[in-house]
Amino acid sequence: MSTLKVLLKKEVLQFKRNSFLPRLVVAFPIMIMLIIPWVTTMDVRHVNVSVVDNDHSQVSQRIINKINASEYLTLHSVTGSFDLSFKSLEHGDVDAILEIPQDFEKGFVTGSTKKLSISANSVNATKGSLGSQYLAQTLAASIKEMRASLSPAQAGDLVVIQNRYNPTLEYRNFMIPAILVILIIIITGFLPALNLVGEKEVGTIEQINVTPVSRFSFTLAKLIVYWVAGLIVITIALIVAWLVYGQTAVGSLFTIYTGAFLFILVISGFGLIASNLSSTMQQAVFFMFFFVMVFMLMSGLLTPIESMPQWAQYVTYVLPPRYFISIMRSVFMKGATFYDMRFNFMALAILAVVMNLGAALTYRKRS
Amino acid sequence: MDTSTLAIEVNGISKSYDKVKALDHVSLEVQRGEIFGLIGPDGAGKTTLFKILVTLLNADEGNAKVDGLDVVADYRKVRARVGYMPGKFSLYPDLTIEENMEFFATLFGVTVEQNYDLVAPIYKQIEPFKKRRAGRLSGGMKQKLALSCALIHKPSVLFLDEPTTGVDAVSRSEFWDMLHNLREQGLSILVSTPYMDEASRCDRIALCNNGRILDIDSPKHMVEKFDGKLFGIKAQDMYALLKSLREDKSIANCYTAGEYHHLLASTGFNAQSLEQRLAELGHKELDIKPIVPDIEDVFIKLLSNEQL
Repeated sequence: MSTLKVLLKKEVLQFKRNSFLPRLVVAFPIMIMLIIPWVTTMDVRHVNVSVVDNDHSQVSQRIINKINASEYLTLHSVTGSFDLSFKSLEHGDVDAILEIPQDFEKGFVTGSTKKLSISANSVNATKGSLGSQYLAQTLAASIKEMRASLSPAQAGDLVVIQNRYNPTLEYRNFMIPAILVILIIIITGFLPALNLVGEKEVGTIEQINVTPVSRFSFTLAKLIVYWVAGLIVITIALIVAWLVYGQTAVGSLFTIYTGAFLFILVISGFGLIASNLSSTMQQAVFFMFFFVMVFMLMSGLLTPIESMPQWAQYVTYVLPPRYFISIMRSVFMKGATFYDMRFNFMALAILAVVMNLGAALTYRKRS
Repeated sequence: MDTSTLAIEVNGISKSYDKVKALDHVSLEVQRGEIFGLIGPDGAGKTTLFKILVTLLNADEGNAKVDGLDVVADYRKVRARVGYMPGKFSLYPDLTIEENMEFFATLFGVTVEQNYDLVAPIYKQIEPFKKRRAGRLSGGMKQKLALSCALIHKPSVLFLDEPTTGVDAVSRSEFWDMLHNLREQGLSILVSTPYMDEASRCDRIALCNNGRILDIDSPKHMVEKFDGKLFGIKAQDMYALLKSLREDKSIANCYTAGEYHHLLASTGFNAQSLEQRLAELGHKELDIKPIVPDIEDVFIKLLSNEQL
């Protein structure tokens, strides 16, 4: 036991003495939490609209004013021909073109249908589809208003939409739990792996190996330091989420920390495998990086798992972040309980055992 | 004879890395209280043998005992009894001298104070800098710290893998004095070096090359049993001289060795007639003299025998 203590003391000392790591643990979550939620937004704003007004009527003017007033849409220009507007679209100055046909107002009053048309630049699929949707919504709203002014009896919505758990549809609320996942992967996956490979590179591992110290306590001492670092990082990130974004967990913090700790066990075990299989830091980094890419893009961090092809959905079952992301979002935003999330917790626990067993096995093969 | 009188016992050890044979049926014995030197060029297999003996590597073939304990079966016990100083400085550069010492002492379950007497002659020299981080020490100081750390648990056998490589001549000589001090205290020491001139400071040496041991003996005896006539020769143009000598039938071997070329006489060698022949070939300022062989000459002779 005193061996573990002296190993721990050494790790803490080295950690503190490192000119980079202690700062990283504090500054990294703060920076990430301050910047990323603002920039990784899927909300589409500033869609530049060019209107081809062939009608020159009161109605068309009203529509143009409405577009101008929208916070999502920006009126780029009003032209007399589609070709002119299309040129701006080709230039990239305009994201969507609204064409108002001749005699639109006349048809509007008499009830015969002249169609409005929207053409959107969909090179960026999200911006294209969301932009044209916003435009369509804006049009629908203004037409409804005008209809209401013509015959007040028709007023009233048929469909009411309520966005539960994220009433303002803030993408940020969806991202913050995911950022915590990324932070844990980096702090508790990469760092201990690099530390262990570092001892291989410097040769200190040889000096340790000729002492009676067991490999297990040597590794454990390292992991404990990074486990604690990981928990500190989460705590800092949660505090920032609360102070800066006013976002707090709806569910219990205990459930979040339990999930986080299980996930830390999984990822640090994974880091150990990486360090066992590599003899230089470079190898370890590339090994980790490959998997982290898969983790980030396939675990439902950015895009929902449900919209992936079926085979990919099967693959996600072995990706540990999948379960932790699901736990984080459900507990954080919906207030899910430990019981609600029991299958995710179980999956994480199983993966933790598998990863650390894998770490033990890959170690033996090298000696 | 009781095997426990042997500090190290190596029986037919072989080890290969892929296709390269690093050790080829190596056997040797190191007595207690002896400084035993492994002398050989880079790639001779010295480090591999060290790693097997300090339980960092498993041999493909053969067995070895350190302090009477099998290095495979009793590897844990072996680790407690050996002190190992690898060829490359491998203490924690971000810990201070003091912290490194305490760390390794505690890992072996001892304190620095307990075995202070043993390390004192060495440690005292670096103690004034004990608050300095190991990474910021000079080469000689690193070497002393590494030796102190290898000694702190009072091992019975000390393994020093090329301890003097990259250290200046004065420090090297000091280092050997320290080793002799340690031997006085009863330690058995296995030390490797690529420097032939350090061989004379060992009690016994093994000359090795390409994973094989060429000969084991005391350095003095090894030189004494050199059974050839050795001459030193020099001329104005040393390179041309070497070429001429290599074509001469009365010379078994000839090689550069500083100011004079060394040549090993073959049958029918006569210094005067050689000088005459060389003068006819146009060599000027010739000087031939018999010389006393040193370990390097022994090594080269053994090597050429080996190749025949």
